[in-house]
Amino acid sequence: MKNYTPIIGLEVHVELKTASKMFCRCSANYFGREPNTHTCPVCLGFPGALPVANAKAIEWCIMIALSLNCEINLLSKFDRKNYFYPDLPKGYQISQYDLPFGKNGSMELKNGKKIRIRRVHMEEDTAKLTHIGHPKLVSGSNVDKKMLNQVQHDNVSLIDFNRSGVPLVEIVTEPDFESASEVKEYLQKLQQIVRYLDVSNADMEKGDMRLEPNISLRPVSLRGVSPKETDEAISKRSPRSARDDSALPPYKVEVKNINSFRFVEKAIDFEIKRQANDYRYFPEPDIPPIHFTKDQISSLESQVPELPDARFSRFLREFSLTEYDSKILTREKNVANYFEEAVSIGKEHNISPKQIANWIINKKPNVNDVLPASLVKQIVSSTQVTSIDEADLEKVILQVLSENQKAVDDFKNGKENVIMFLVGQVMRQFKTKINANSVKELILKSIGD
Amino acid sequence: MIYKLTIKKAKEWLANKEFSSAELTKACLDRIKETDETLRAFVTITEAHALEDARRADELIANGDDKPLLGIPFVIKDNFSTVGVQTSASSNVLRGYVPPFDATVVAKLKEAGMVMLGKTNMDAFAHGSSTETSDFGTTKNPWNPEFLPGGSSGGTGASVAADQAIAGIGSETAGSIRQPAAWCGIVGLKPTYGRVSRYGVVAMASSTDSPGPMTKIVEDSALVLNVLAGKDPHDATSSPKPTKDYTKGLNKSIKGRKIGISAKYIEGIEKDVLKAFEEARRVFEKLGASVVDIADLGIDILDPQYSIGVYTILQRAEVSSNLARFDGIRYGNDRSAFGDEAKRRIMLGTYTLSAGYYDAFYKKALKVRTIIVNEFHKMFEEVDAFIAPTSPSPAMPLGSSKNHPMFGEMADVLVEPSSIAGLPGINVPAGFSSNKLPIGLQVMGTQFAEDTILNLAHEFEANTEWHLRKPEL
Amino acid sequence: MKINIKHVAKLANLTLTKEEEKRFEKQLEVTLDTINKLNEVNTDNTEITSQVTGLENVMDDDIPQPSLSQKKALANAKNTYNGLFVVKAILEE
Repeated sequence: MKNYTPIIGLEVHVELKTASKMFCRCSANYFGREPNTHTCPVCLGFPGALPVANAKAIEWCIMIALSLNCEINLLSKFDRKNYFYPDLPKGYQISQYDLPFGKNGSMELKNGKKIRIRRVHMEEDTAKLTHIGHPKLVSGSNVDKKMLNQVQHDNVSLIDFNRSGVPLVEIVTEPDFESASEVKEYLQKLQQIVRYLDVSNADMEKGDMRLEPNISLRPVSLRGVSPKETDEAISKRSPRSARDDSALPPYKVEVKNINSFRFVEKAIDFEIKRQANDYRYFPEPDIPPIHFTKDQISSLESQVPELPDARFSRFLREFSLTEYDSKILTREKNVANYFEEAVSIGKEHNISPKQIANWIINKKPNVNDVLPASLVKQIVSSTQVTSIDEADLEKVILQVLSENQKAVDDFKNGKENVIMFLVGQVMRQFKTKINANSVKELILKSIGD
Repeated sequence: MIYKLTIKKAKEWLANKEFSSAELTKACLDRIKETDETLRAFVTITEAHALEDARRADELIANGDDKPLLGIPFVIKDNFSTVGVQTSASSNVLRGYVPPFDATVVAKLKEAGMVMLGKTNMDAFAHGSSTETSDFGTTKNPWNPEFLPGGSSGGTGASVAADQAIAGIGSETAGSIRQPAAWCGIVGLKPTYGRVSRYGVVAMASSTDSPGPMTKIVEDSALVLNVLAGKDPHDATSSPKPTKDYTKGLNKSIKGRKIGISAKYIEGIEKDVLKAFEEARRVFEKLGASVVDIADLGIDILDPQYSIGVYTILQRAEVSSNLARFDGIRYGNDRSAFGDEAKRRIMLGTYTLSAGYYDAFYKKALKVRTIIVNEFHKMFEEVDAFIAPTSPSPAMPLGSSKNHPMFGEMADVLVEPSSIAGLPGINVPAGFSSNKLPIGLQVMGTQFAEDTILNLAHEFEANTEWHLRKPEL
Repeated sequence: MKINIKHVAKLANLTLTKEEEKRFEKQLEVTLDTINKLNEVNTDNTEITSQVTGLENVMDDDIPQPSLSQKKALANAKNTYNGLFVVKAILEE
């Protein structure tokens, strides 16, 4: 291995959250459902069934491509990617080969490096294979133990086609990654983007976002030679390397089943091996080509919301926040929206964006439950001290102290933190918020007296 | 003998209560029992279903319902999905497969009131032009059971020709309707690609598959096309172009129509076929049409021989992909159940699509296809229709296709160019050979010109008597 | 032209007997000879035609429709287990 340097490119599959599947109108909301209840002749690959593409999924794919600064192919089409696997009901996957919806995009990392996006294309998901004997299956379902033994003995796999045909967007980068941390940052940003677009839950644990690193080896002596491959090379790479033994790179291996960020680092050390696949792509005869006008693309572009990077910069600029605050607040779109709404309400109450940012970051209010206006109200009341008649306050303090003699004794014996208990007891007697510090001082004074 | 009726006549008689659909259906079922031991046209006979359908049709007729095919007994090629009825495509791979859905064509026929008698034999997966590749035995030609009925819709062809049914449904990828119609002496209409939905038809070559009617007379094909034509939301390649009433205009005078012919379509064809074709040409001329050699119009076309190459490559490639779904997991049997012909086609298609060969074969074929499409386009700017023999020969003896890896492509050489271009074509009976086998004439038109070719075929039929002859069984 | 029958059969997921390999190799070469006739046709500057309908942008709205019941989905399978299709074990590579 020492004669080669690894080149890492990523293929990320993002499952879209459309209501129906990519090429049939079965519900795409399959997670956690009874197996094989979200299927039809199309997604089961029954003889004679034909695909009809989901318009929304295609629009969303293009919006993802636009968000990754891609050029859009105005004329595009679907192709068949032919290979055999029991989770692939038709024996081919409908995908895109030479005319993906998006190409030549990029994503900038925080160190200023640009990761080049080679292509963004639309395809369909496969069924879910479960290998029997998997502990989850045994404990998770009402399996007849005797039957289970039999099935286990026969050494079988089980297939659920609910996921078959759910829309997937595949995002392929150039082999531009040099470290695991770059990969991690890229993935997190990508996840943020598709969530901002509201086109995928991008939950890696649920498999909404899946990662297949492509690790190629480049001989050290060839350093400086551009490792860029053509689109053709992507799909034909394996057979080519399988046939043409003299040309070593690019070996590539897709490492499957990586479903969380923490696996990324391990992935880099994966064993390199050859695959003998030859996908025999050809244009899908069942689906007419897709032809967009520039206006249609502009209209989709106008539907792309402000993305995390832009929002981050604007928060720095417009609200004078720290990078740390801006980053946390823009991580999720609904939090960022919440913040901005609270800021505009806060303005009327002389509450600064910084105060709101601190409150959101420290107190982590549930943005779905607490209205921004209520949040502002909380901040306002926390900063305002209601003036209370000092005589009333002293009266209450004396009463509390007499009712909590043990606490007073403890305090006198050196348990200083008991004081906060007493402060709390006093404050409970008032409906409005009062300044805790002044209460504390008065209590100390009373005890001292 | 009411089983001999055409749709047109049967409809009139049903409406006049001369007989019931149950009686007509029973007559057909009896005819099947009497003749099918010889012919072997069926994979499945759905007698109970048929009688039930007929009973329901009779109720509707009594209520004055006038659905276009109400109570008419049909046979359906076995590659059309039929809910609850085995759809094997005559293959061991799909033996026992019972679809949970109807092909759109079947759904439309049911909606129109058809009575389904059963599913007819075909070349397994429609791979062939003989029915000899069927895993359910070979169908025999009703004119002479020592001969082939053609294929792949040979079961429907033989069944309709033998009056086992009033009409039937076939599908054509390149010749599979027209060629068995020619060899069995009936009418077979291959509509424009996209005019009739492919949804639910076991796919052969997706870019040319076209379902269509096989009937006793031209008018029946028009009646059935009225039911089948139209956009299907389940088939993205089906055309949204408005349909027509194809029975209107069948009788229009063809005087002044310009009909093209080409020497390249009669090179090397059998003597009897050539004779029939020359006679057909004279019939059209007598009716006032002008029949012109397109070469005289300055139009040059590729020899149909080249279409064999284009068609073979495209079809094998699409077959290799379309047959990939048969793995025995969700339905049917595993891949070891494929017959020789399917295996050969899968192998060749896989090879031509594989890395390094795609450009030399598949891409090349798609380019030559462009040339063929353009040639037809030019031709149909000059002529209203193009006529040619349907098949270079009448029916061939049983066994002819065995171990002939290109039998189908050779038998279909004269229909392949128009299939590749997605154009409509119709076969009409146009004579008999010296050994008393039917000979067919095909009329081809430009995209969606079904009305034009039906009109020409109808006028030809009205002025000839070939369609009146019946096989002795 | 020589076809690597074993390799193609593997790609096509077909198990062929020795006899079939031999026979098909011969037959496929006959077919290839026929289709090689296409090389006589000049296709320089010719675009490809993969579809003849001229249709474009045929898509469907994202509105779910009812699916098959589990029973119907599984009805044609030889082996099922707890609502799932069963296949011989797929060994992870």
